[in-house]
Amino acid sequence: MADYQNLFTQVQAVTHPHLGVAIDPRDMRERTRSPSLRHLAGRLGNAQIGPLYLGWVGLASAICFLVAFTIVGWNMLVQVNYDPIQFVRQLFWLSLDPPPPEYGLKLAPLRQGGWWNIAGFFLTVSILLWWVRVYRRARALNMGTHVAWAFAAAIWLFLVLGFFRPILMGSWSEGVPFGIFSHLDWTAAFSIRYGNLFYNPFHMLSIVFLYGSALLFAMHGGTILAVSRYGGDREIEQIVDRGSASERAALFWRWTMGFNATMESVHRWAWWFAVLCPLTGGIGILLTGTVVDNWYLWGIKHGIVPPYPDMWGAPTVDPSVLQGAK
Amino acid sequence: MNLKRLQAVTLLALAGLILSGCERPPIDTVQVGFRGTGMELVYNPRTLADQQALNTPPAALPEADKSGPRAGAVYKNVKVLGNLSVGEFNRLMVGYTQWIAPEQGCGYCHNVNNFADDSLYTKVVARRMTEMTLHLNATWKNHVAETGVTCYSCHRGQPVPGKVWFKPDESKLAKGLLGQRNGQNAPAPSVAYSSLPNDPFSAYLLKDNRIRQISQTALPQGINGNGSSTQATEATYGFMMHMSDSLGVNCAYCHNTRNFSNWQESPPQRAVAWHGIRMVRELNNEFVEPLTKTFPANRLGPTGDVAKINCATCHQGAYKPLWGEQMAKNWPELRGGSSRPIKTAAGGSGQ
Repeated sequence: MADYQNLFTQVQAVTHPHLGVAIDPRDMRERTRSPSLRHLAGRLGNAQIGPLYLGWVGLASAICFLVAFTIVGWNMLVQVNYDPIQFVRQLFWLSLDPPPPEYGLKLAPLRQGGWWNIAGFFLTVSILLWWVRVYRRARALNMGTHVAWAFAAAIWLFLVLGFFRPILMGSWSEGVPFGIFSHLDWTAAFSIRYGNLFYNPFHMLSIVFLYGSALLFAMHGGTILAVSRYGGDREIEQIVDRGSASERAALFWRWTMGFNATMESVHRWAWWFAVLCPLTGGIGILLTGTVVDNWYLWGIKHGIVPPYPDMWGAPTVDPSVLQGAK
Repeated sequence: MNLKRLQAVTLLALAGLILSGCERPPIDTVQVGFRGTGMELVYNPRTLADQQALNTPPAALPEADKSGPRAGAVYKNVKVLGNLSVGEFNRLMVGYTQWIAPEQGCGYCHNVNNFADDSLYTKVVARRMTEMTLHLNATWKNHVAETGVTCYSCHRGQPVPGKVWFKPDESKLAKGLLGQRNGQNAPAPSVAYSSLPNDPFSAYLLKDNRIRQISQTALPQGINGNGSSTQATEATYGFMMHMSDSLGVNCAYCHNTRNFSNWQESPPQRAVAWHGIRMVRELNNEFVEPLTKTFPANRLGPTGDVAKINCATCHQGAYKPLWGEQMAKNWPELRGGSSRPIKTAAGGSGQ
């Protein structure tokens, strides 16, 4: 017996896949022709797979990504002597690193980080082309370009980390390695080197928007799921008749916190929180090492580091400043 | 129904896979700093229980008669500790056997037909290591305090201490254009399985490369800031992972959580560790490295270097070796003088 569920809708309407609105002949030519229905996809989202729009920009982006992916992957593969088992076992450790500091902004020999520059170049081109594609597809459908600009916020952070900041610091060595653990270790080392990034106000803002996004997402997702029994998840009905679901959801939040976002504004809240997270974070990274060299000392200077009582009787003295230290 | 079961099994398998890398709770947390600052030490009680045996020193030997003729006068070819009484000297030799070669016995270092003979390399090494112990106990009190060390601190009943390091064999690394590991990005125990640069020992415990990378000014000074880089910080970080792993402690044991470079708010242990780094560096350079030619090839590392000391050699996962047990108290013969010079009777060359 079929039953209705909120999260994974188990009842799937099976019909002919829809090819989407027609725009112009060229546009139609670039779409894949045979969308299909997949039951498993329907358990997570829309059961229809495709049509996919590729186009020249999409194709170029995919090729550039493939080049970058291959460079990184091949370097990792050689690191384990083409051993597939070791490749899987060590995958999280393997990495393609930027060149050492002595090469500055020059292109280092391939074996000493040159590959990192080349992979980074192709990955950047791929991402920028993908942005163009997101923007142009939105325009083709006469949509707003909100998704493209949200994506641009993420690209900003990506470019700051791997392009703008290394250039301002005068060295590609300041870039982030391509690897799972290596980029995490880089992140920790970066924070330590610059005296603890937690005292960076833009880092603080970024965290606010990161955690805020999670909170908003939980509030919004929770609210809609809670009223889906009144049709709150069905946009069409909500447009025609806001009735029970929307009104209940709004009243719920006014009851609990005196104020509610609207069906429209909650998405603005979410969009801005999401966009401001990488935007402020990128500013924080860009200022690190270029404008501020030690965020903890900067925090002391500006009174944001609270003093704590001494816990060990007397302050510990740096032995290197003592007389006769070896 | 079948699909649901499949989903459940898949989810369980995934959860198991993800959690398999974790230590199971409960974990003990001890607050050591001001509340709310995250100054906490984290211990796994099961790991500590496993370490109990490792950190229990062997039974003390009965005290020897301090009077009577001196060992140097009675025995031939005694170049160190000749001023001990014969009783003290022999008691110490029994200790050496117990600590270093309990299975092999006297014959591990001595020609049993002529104990004065220096033909076994192990005897030459043992003599130099005795000098090292005397020097260490006398000179490095700011690291070993009055606890001191004995041979057992590192040897733990084995002829070769279990935790030593060699220089990595770089000839095995990729030579082509691809696949440079850059001295890092491998699951290396030397840096507690992080992806950080995994030979921190050559840089800091043999050479004295710059360890401090954090800027001492709020704003950048000059065009290069303090001349450090994120990559240099990763190298220091790798070394710190070794220290953390060797002592079984987290960062907050030595550092304050707000700013790792700030000394005033650091726990006093950080100064002890600072001296420890210098101590190990001196021991490696003055005592261990010069013995390279004394050792046979099978005792040397992949690049022909001698087994060297790092923090783990003595600490072996404990914040204090043997959990602070003052084993050397029973061995005043090893305390050394007030301040012993590096080069003594046997000469510094180790030959």
